[in-house]
Amino acid sequence: MATGQIGGAQTAPPPAGEGAPKRSNKDFIGANPVTPYLFMAPYLVLFVTFVLIPVVYGFWISLHTWDYLLPGKPFVGLQNYVDLFTPSSVTFDPFWQSMEATGKFTLYSVPLLVVIPLLVALVLNQNFRGRNFFRAAYFAPYVLGVAVVGILWRFLLDPNVGLVNYYLSQLGLRNDIPWTTALPWAWISLVGMTVWWTLGFNAVIYLAGLQDIPRDLYDAAAVDGANAWQRFLNVTLPGLRPVLLFVIVITIVASANMFGQAYLVTQGAPGNDTRVAIWLIVETGLRQFNMGAAAAMSYVLALFLMIVSVANFALFRQGED
Amino acid sequence: MVQRRLSVRRLTRQEFLLLGMGAGAGLALAACGGGPQSNPAVQGGAGGGGKSYEGPKVELAFWNGFTGGDGPYMRELVEKFSAEHDNIDVSMNTIEWVDYYQKVPAAVRSGQGPDVGIMHSDQLGTNAARGVILPLDDVAQALGLKESDFATLVWQAGIYNNQRYGIPLDMHPFGLYYNKTLMEQAGLDPNNPPQTREDYEAALEEFKSKGIQGSWVSPFPFTGVLQWESLLFQFGGSLYNEDVTQATFNSDAGVEALTWMVDLVKNGHSPQNVAQDAEYVAFQNDKNALHWNGIWQINAFKEVEDLDWGVVPVPQIGSEKAVWSGSHNFVIMNQTPPDQNKQQAARVFINWISQQSIEWAKAGQIPARNSVRESQEFQTLEEQSQFAKQVPYVHFVPPVPGIGDVQPTTFDVAVNEAVLLKTEPKAALDDAASRANQLLEENRQKYQA
Repeated sequence: MATGQIGGAQTAPPPAGEGAPKRSNKDFIGANPVTPYLFMAPYLVLFVTFVLIPVVYGFWISLHTWDYLLPGKPFVGLQNYVDLFTPSSVTFDPFWQSMEATGKFTLYSVPLLVVIPLLVALVLNQNFRGRNFFRAAYFAPYVLGVAVVGILWRFLLDPNVGLVNYYLSQLGLRNDIPWTTALPWAWISLVGMTVWWTLGFNAVIYLAGLQDIPRDLYDAAAVDGANAWQRFLNVTLPGLRPVLLFVIVITIVASANMFGQAYLVTQGAPGNDTRVAIWLIVETGLRQFNMGAAAAMSYVLALFLMIVSVANFALFRQGED
Repeated sequence: MVQRRLSVRRLTRQEFLLLGMGAGAGLALAACGGGPQSNPAVQGGAGGGGKSYEGPKVELAFWNGFTGGDGPYMRELVEKFSAEHDNIDVSMNTIEWVDYYQKVPAAVRSGQGPDVGIMHSDQLGTNAARGVILPLDDVAQALGLKESDFATLVWQAGIYNNQRYGIPLDMHPFGLYYNKTLMEQAGLDPNNPPQTREDYEAALEEFKSKGIQGSWVSPFPFTGVLQWESLLFQFGGSLYNEDVTQATFNSDAGVEALTWMVDLVKNGHSPQNVAQDAEYVAFQNDKNALHWNGIWQINAFKEVEDLDWGVVPVPQIGSEKAVWSGSHNFVIMNQTPPDQNKQQAARVFINWISQQSIEWAKAGQIPARNSVRESQEFQTLEEQSQFAKQVPYVHFVPPVPGIGDVQPTTFDVAVNEAVLLKTEPKAALDDAASRANQLLEENRQKYQA
């Protein structure tokens, strides 16, 4: 009853001149204008407390030289932002180097994290013995915390005493690959361990998407003489479009937020090449107590992520036409 | 950390959270109002700085970063103290140092901080300037502590703005650990480790001829950067100028020191690309013969079965004897609201532990007090007294506010890049120095404001 009315009010704009839908609309809102806000209240309270206020307050902080323990928190206007775009400033080099590191990691990891889980999901969507075991096995790493994953891989990848190099030497291959201390190996390590760690999550999302594609579409395609590859291209992929968009967007955001792996496994080495943006922000804001500069960095990073997300949505929408 | 959100709707939330990053902590803390500045620092007080405490029973929270083999020793001391003092109960909390210096100021600011803590001497200036810790001149006075009771450098390091903020507990310099098994293999006298540049380099050649990489060089702060600092001092250099306004670590001394380390790698005495702690693990596994590391590793090495090792002062590679050292200091936190009884009890606690520092020495430290360091009992601690030989020429990082923020983005990076053979030593150090100068200038403005 009530839900029916809400649904009607939201999805069907009342055609002009027709009485019935309009009345139901009016009935609901007219009854008590506060009601919709009450429904929203629980989320709204959390949203305002933990999102809206920090966002505004963070911006305010970014306009100052801000150390929460020092009496002087001089207002500097947009100086923190100007610094981020002035090559001679203290923050310019580290910031853009860390943005570059974040960009590289995102660029390397996202394609793999979009494609490999899809392949895994396609396989796990088949009927075969032990399917549940494999589903669990692929998802299992994801339940581990980043500290566990980081320390585990640090042991495995240690260039001098690690197991990976040991096994490579047993196979007669080179045994001195600097997995954590030189490029490109450090990126290969970070991307590899992240794919291993998180592919199960994307695979589960894909799997749910695959199971939502109606069987009869496949049957119809098969009747039309489509082979497996054609069925994948013309039924599976279009059916997965919304899921794919979701996976791409969250994977980009997740990769751009990478911190623990680099912090634990490569420690930013070589030099600062794998020190990613989030790390620099934490370092600047919470270790060096330069909260103004750190907040400004956060806003610039967030702006980038928003642009990328919007571009993604636009791209997918374009494809729909 | 990779964060995941389960629905598209929350994606926006994720972005917003990002926006607020760095602001969240500030918000939470600022909301607590009344900071250390509005808190009249309690000094002196009744009872005279720590001789005794007669008040009602209090519980003291004591935080430190003794996460290694030293933790249990400190815990034992704390328990002994609590047992001896009916009206003071001390509970100890251990947090890794890196997090410690991040958490303590926040906790103090929000009134949830500990009563007593430990800080490294180079952190005292920063935390004094930020109102995290209180002056302790009265404690030093009441206990009759004088400069002559301590090694001069240690005593001076506790002073900021003409006030004392730290009561020195110990010193922890670098030393040279040597693997006797490997020395025998290379035909060297296992009881006569190299102490001069000539002997050191000759020994390395012997190791090399037996296929042993004798002296692994780490590109990380532990242990590479500390080794480089020691060498810098040995070549007559310093990290900063006298009033810490300019970086001087890119001097000829700094370049020479770093070049010497890089040459160890280039000449095959160390693998390229040594990972974090690999040099330490290799030493324990008879793969690294001469290992520069801190006094705090003594007990860790003692626990390794079949490891036949010894330790001596670091060899003199440069023109003078010198070595890097840190120092632990007791501090009293700036509590809101201040509790006279607790502060008094904290002073008693500090005094008591300071006198027990021979027990603490067993944890792998050199006592700051001369009387303890010169005692018969300390002389019987074989490894510790080897390290103590270096006391006359140890070097500290100056306790200037904000100094801890300079290192991670400057010479830590320079040493890393040079040892990994990415950048020439001089170019790496010059680059780091110009950045350090900017940071020092920023710090000066920040802490003057």
